[in-house]
Order: sequence, then structure tokens, then C-alpha cells
Amino acid sequence: MSADGPADALVTADREACIGAAQCAYSAPAVFDQDEDGYVLVRDPHPGPHEWDALREAVDLCPVQAIRLSGTADGA
Amino acid sequence: METTAPPGPSAAPPFPQPRACPYQPPPAYEQLGAQGPLSRVSLFDGRVVWFVTGYPEARQLLADPRISADRQRPDYPAVAPRFQAEVAKRLVLIGMDPPAHDEHRRLLNPDFSRKRVASLRPVVQAIVDDHVDRMLRTGPPADLVRDFALPVPSRVISEVLGLPHEDLEFFQDASRRLLQATTGPESQEAGRELIGYLDALATRRRTEPGPGLIGRLAREEVATGRLSHADLVQIALVILVAGHETTASTIALGAITLLDHPEQLARMQAEPDTVPAVVEEILRCVAVTDLAGVRVATADIPVAGQVIRAGEGVLLSATMANRDGRVHQDPQAFDAGRTGRRQLSFGYGIHQCLGQSLARLELEIAFSTLFTRIPTLRLTVPADRLPTRPPGSGTVQGVNEMPVTW
Repeated sequence: MSADGPADALVTADREACIGAAQCAYSAPAVFDQDEDGYVLVRDPHPGPHEWDALREAVDLCPVQAIRLSGTADGA
Repeated sequence: METTAPPGPSAAPPFPQPRACPYQPPPAYEQLGAQGPLSRVSLFDGRVVWFVTGYPEARQLLADPRISADRQRPDYPAVAPRFQAEVAKRLVLIGMDPPAHDEHRRLLNPDFSRKRVASLRPVVQAIVDDHVDRMLRTGPPADLVRDFALPVPSRVISEVLGLPHEDLEFFQDASRRLLQATTGPESQEAGRELIGYLDALATRRRTEPGPGLIGRLAREEVATGRLSHADLVQIALVILVAGHETTASTIALGAITLLDHPEQLARMQAEPDTVPAVVEEILRCVAVTDLAGVRVATADIPVAGQVIRAGEGVLLSATMANRDGRVHQDPQAFDAGRTGRRQLSFGYGIHQCLGQSLARLELEIAFSTLFTRIPTLRLTVPADRLPTRPPGSGTVQGVNEMPVTW
């Protein structure tokens, strides 16, 4: 399951779609947090490659597909 | 796109069916799951509905805006007779579609955010310790359901809602009667008492300061006309029912699962860092609500090579989707070493559990404290002899009693 992500990963989150389930903050707490009202905050939009597995779990588990990942390597 | 003629009722076994093992699916569901991700079951009223056992298919459907959770629709399927009562049909949050659902969810999210939940950690720990203290003082023996699994979540919810301390005894008693009722009139009477109580408290809180969710919503939303008083009472009741029975049953059935797997229990006791992973695996295996959702299609929806037609009922099985062999290796096994957290016990899509962070916190503290402070805890009767919920009461799994010693 180890994966090296791209060095230029960009993480964005759609706060309008967010329902505050907090799956992302469980999967990748170094990258995601919640604001006082319980909605997603991207703490680190350019996380290092070591976060890639956790990020993919966050994208996979978001119940409303509110997280987007981009980068030049596919990290697979 | 390929379509198939719907099979007749003969190919659709009855739903729900009782579990033999409290944390494993009934054999009939396993057989349906083995046939493919979509099959059919018959409900008590003879209606045949889709039964979704595949993990990706269940997620796809739960995220589809053409699938409705609105219990007031005439074509919404009832899985037990009590859901046909008019009073059961107007259910805020859980039983509504956007935009009404989204408005209510937005009002409630702050009370269940990670920060708010983290601030409750010492409160939850004190509540759990208090109940373990009492068990140690009065036992052995003890009834883990009566003495621990039921009262702990009820005390936590009373904190979240902001109930006065002097009302705790009434609230715990009425909640217990509501959830453990074996007859319709018993549960209706307890429900009436709780609604009357929450109604009076929500009225008082409009003018009188008070902590918690009821106080905040009464002052900020009801007093300003953004939320109706009736909806606030409904919201409080839904939070009570959704947060109490599910957490209580997961504590009880999770404890049974751990006691059945002594090696994994010993590892959890030796390595407290593993408790969150143990909780995730308990959530996956136990799946207390059994269903990740009951829905009705509002348009034709293609899925897994078949078409769910507009107006057809759809049951999304968390119990089976959590055991999808395409997602989990050896899916029947309880294995706290799993990663990926792929399970539908909190649902998926816009209705995914509002209180899941609080539930995880309660479960982590409950299991770690219980098995640290009473390390020799054990059942005095075999798990398969424990009295379960009466058939026909619905799909929430649980045991009514759990005699333990140490």
C-alpha cells in the first residue's frame, strides 16, 4: 500500500458540498481540519509525498466527494 | 445498458431476518450477497424491494440525488409495521431530502464538530468511569447492558442536548423504556413522555439561559424565527434516538465481539494506541443499524448492469456491504489489523451520520476503560443465548441483557 505521491500535490476541498462528516480529518489529520462550525479546512494544500496514502483514503471516504487531489505523478 | 425482468417474490427471501451470531449476518443474507451486488427481498407487507449487498454499488446509490430518503413519500418502503404509523413518517434530518435536510444539518453540525467533540473527552471519560465505579462497587455480577451500555450514551446525549442534572433520572428511565420496549403501546408511552419533556424544556430555554444544543437552538434559531419550535423538539428526539440506541448496541455487541476474540482483546489491552483501529473494525463487523439506508428511487437508475426503476424501494445493507470480498480480504473475520476504514455503518452520502465523531470517542473510551479497569470481564452465558430484540421491531441489532462477571 505504500505510494509515493507527486512533489507538487495540490489539495482542494469544496466547503459548499461539505457535510462535516470529518472523514478527511480522521484519515489525514496533518492535511485536513474542521472549522468551529464543523466544515472542512485544508491546513496544508501542498502536502509532501508521505501523505499520499492518507490523502487517497480521505478522497475515497468523503461521503460527498468534496476533496480534489492533483499532481503530475499518479502516485499509484 | 442491460435490463433484467424483476424476479418474482419466490426469489426474494423475507427481510429482516434474525442474526444467529450477534456480529455476523444471517445465512440468508450471505446467500444473497454471493449471488451478486444486487438482489431482492420481500418485506412484511409483501412488497419486493432491491437489496444492495455490494460496497461500491451501495455507495453509488447512497450518493445519487435521484434516490430519496423522504419517509412521507407514499412509495417509501416500510421495513417493519411500526414505520407505517403516521407519527413515524415525519422524521427530521434522517427522513428528509434536501433542501429541508440540509438546513437542519447546517444548524446541527457545530454541536458535533471535532473540536466540540474533543472538548467532551473529559466529560465522556468521567461518565464512563462513574459507571465502571458503580459496577465494581455493586458487583460482580452485573448486567453490562443495564449498568453500562445503555446509561453511558444516554448521559453523553443529555450533556450534548444540555439537560438539567435534576432531570437525568427521568431522561434515562424514559429513554431506556423507549428503546427496550417490547410492545408498541409501551414504546409509544415512553415516546410521548420524552416528547412532552423536550417540548417543555425547549419552551423554557427560549427565555431562560441554558447550555447545550437545545439552549443554543432555542435562543438563536427558534426565538428569531429561523427554526420552528416543533422542529426543534423533533431534532432533539431524533438525536436522542439516533445517538442512544446505536451507541448502546455497539458497546454491547462490540464487547461480545472482543470477548469472542481474546487474542485481539489482549492486544488492545496491551497497546492502547490500537483502540481506534479496534473501534473501526467493531463498527464494520457489528453494523448495528444493519441498513446503511432505506430509500426509494425517484427515477430509473442504472447500477451494476441492472436498472432500478422509479418508485422501487431500495435497502442498502451495511452488514453485507461491509463484508464485500472485493473490498476486504477474508471479510467475515474480525481483524483489527485492517486499514482503509471502508465500511458503511455510518451510511454514506449527505445523510452520513452527524454524530460519528462523538460515537467514535464514546466507543474508544468505553472499550478501553472497561477492559482496562475490569480486565477479567466475561459473559456468564454463551453469547448466542442472550435475549435479542423481538422480531418485527425493525433492523437495529442488539441484546436486551448481558450478564457479566469478573
